[in-house]
Amino acid sequence: MIQPDTLRVWKRPPFIKNPILRWGLWVGVAIYLALAFGTMEIDWIRAGEGLTRGKRFIMAFFPPDFLSRWDSIQEGIMESLWMTITSTVIGIILSVPVGLGAARNLAYRPVYLFCRGILAVSRTFPEIILAIFFVKLFGFGPFAGFLALSVGTIGFYGKLLAEDIESMDPVQAEAVKSVGAGWLQWLNYAVQPQVMPRMIGLGIYRLDINFRESAVVGIVGGGGIGATLLTSFDRYEFDSAAAILLVIIGIVMAMEYSSGYIRRWVQ
Amino acid sequence: MLRIENLEKRYQTGDHALKNVTLEVPKGQVMALIGPSGAGKSTLIRCVNRLVEPTSGRIFLGDLELAHLGTTELRRARTRMGMIFQEYALVERLSVMENVLSGRLGYVGFWRSFLRKFPQSDIDEAFNLLARVGLDHMADKRADALSGGQRQRVGICRALIQNPDLLLVDEPTASLDPKTSRQIMRLICELCEERQLAAIINIHDVLLAQMFARRIVGLQHGSIVYDGPPNKLSPEVLTQIYGEEDWEATIEAVKDLDEDEVELISDLAPVIAKPGSVS
Repeated sequence: MIQPDTLRVWKRPPFIKNPILRWGLWVGVAIYLALAFGTMEIDWIRAGEGLTRGKRFIMAFFPPDFLSRWDSIQEGIMESLWMTITSTVIGIILSVPVGLGAARNLAYRPVYLFCRGILAVSRTFPEIILAIFFVKLFGFGPFAGFLALSVGTIGFYGKLLAEDIESMDPVQAEAVKSVGAGWLQWLNYAVQPQVMPRMIGLGIYRLDINFRESAVVGIVGGGGIGATLLTSFDRYEFDSAAAILLVIIGIVMAMEYSSGYIRRWVQ
Repeated sequence: MLRIENLEKRYQTGDHALKNVTLEVPKGQVMALIGPSGAGKSTLIRCVNRLVEPTSGRIFLGDLELAHLGTTELRRARTRMGMIFQEYALVERLSVMENVLSGRLGYVGFWRSFLRKFPQSDIDEAFNLLARVGLDHMADKRADALSGGQRQRVGICRALIQNPDLLLVDEPTASLDPKTSRQIMRLICELCEERQLAAIINIHDVLLAQMFARRIVGLQHGSIVYDGPPNKLSPEVLTQIYGEEDWEATIEAVKDLDEDEVELISDLAPVIAKPGSVS
């Protein structure tokens, strides 16, 4: 055996080679954080007051009062569920052609850019901004909320569909093309089976999101349970508000459990 | 059946994959295409059914010129060419039956295929083919539940149900164990014989190529450097195709195999016909 004259040392090569740059970055980050935390003004007296107010606030929630406003709670929930289901279905239906067009391995360049544009625009605005916009256009009520959630769904579902198609197995797609299948047949036999399980899971996930968002868009006038919640806060009926929050939590949890179950089942 | 004239392929990356390839494969002939990785074997067969667009040259399937067909004519022409893939390329989440029937997509309309309402004759033929390869009891299994050898046999059924004139076979045994490889190669060759199909089989394994093909074409850097019978593959020829290596052992092995082969075929033939016994 050959003995090496000197021990050969090994160290993992650094990610940033230039030592000045490497240490400079660390120092820069440290200085910025020190300044950022240094300029944060925390008024401990006000924070203390806030805590006692918070305590009173929470106490006012108890006991939750389901009964005195039950009719409007029920109406709000039904409206929210209507908004959730219609916007999810319409949003997904509209997002399929956009998603197909936005998949680089499916669409021609101009179509691709156009569809990516649609997705980028609808993803730029959060649902609450869209809801404010649609309330201005079409007035208060669940229709504005429905439109906001539908547009949000197109951005969400279309983008994820496009990405799922882009990462599909090209060999399976090639095989179906090689038998002389038409374009629609090819979509149905080669693309759809590959993306379907994930897309069903995401559809259920989006249903979940849309229900939660339906409570938010209500606050800016988009109808649904959010409007009911806002009214009870405005009237200082915190016990009814607590009841509404509990109903929302219950429904979200029910959706969570069922979506997990369905996703396991479709895989 | 297949005639390739002066085929050239240059990829956008600048790779000159095929250089002036001229080749003819008559009806009923099984031709093995050998050569190192990157020699252009895959490109050659993909140019034939235009999964890869040839740069220039002409390709005739019978009297039909393929290289310049429009979309609709190309679809129709593709139904006449069955393709078998290296990693089987079954649509994993479809059933075995759907995968086999997908070979008929070029013949049925969209709604029929969408509703899975294929003509009864297609369904009969699918069951016949699956029975031929011993998998008719697996018709409703999902393709990803099958073993490698079973998947490749489903792939063969999908190609044959097209009722093709030509089989394009891309490394059919590269993901299979040695025994299954031989069974698959034997099955392909038997079926070509029965149906008088012309076939091009891309294959890495020189031994398998010599065992099963009656004609061997060697491709190197996109050019044909050998075209002849399997027993004329000398160490010199193999060196020309693959580069310097000790080829004597390979040649010897094939000579031994030639003597055993008769026995071997009769050993394994009943296994193929028996359903479910091969995996």
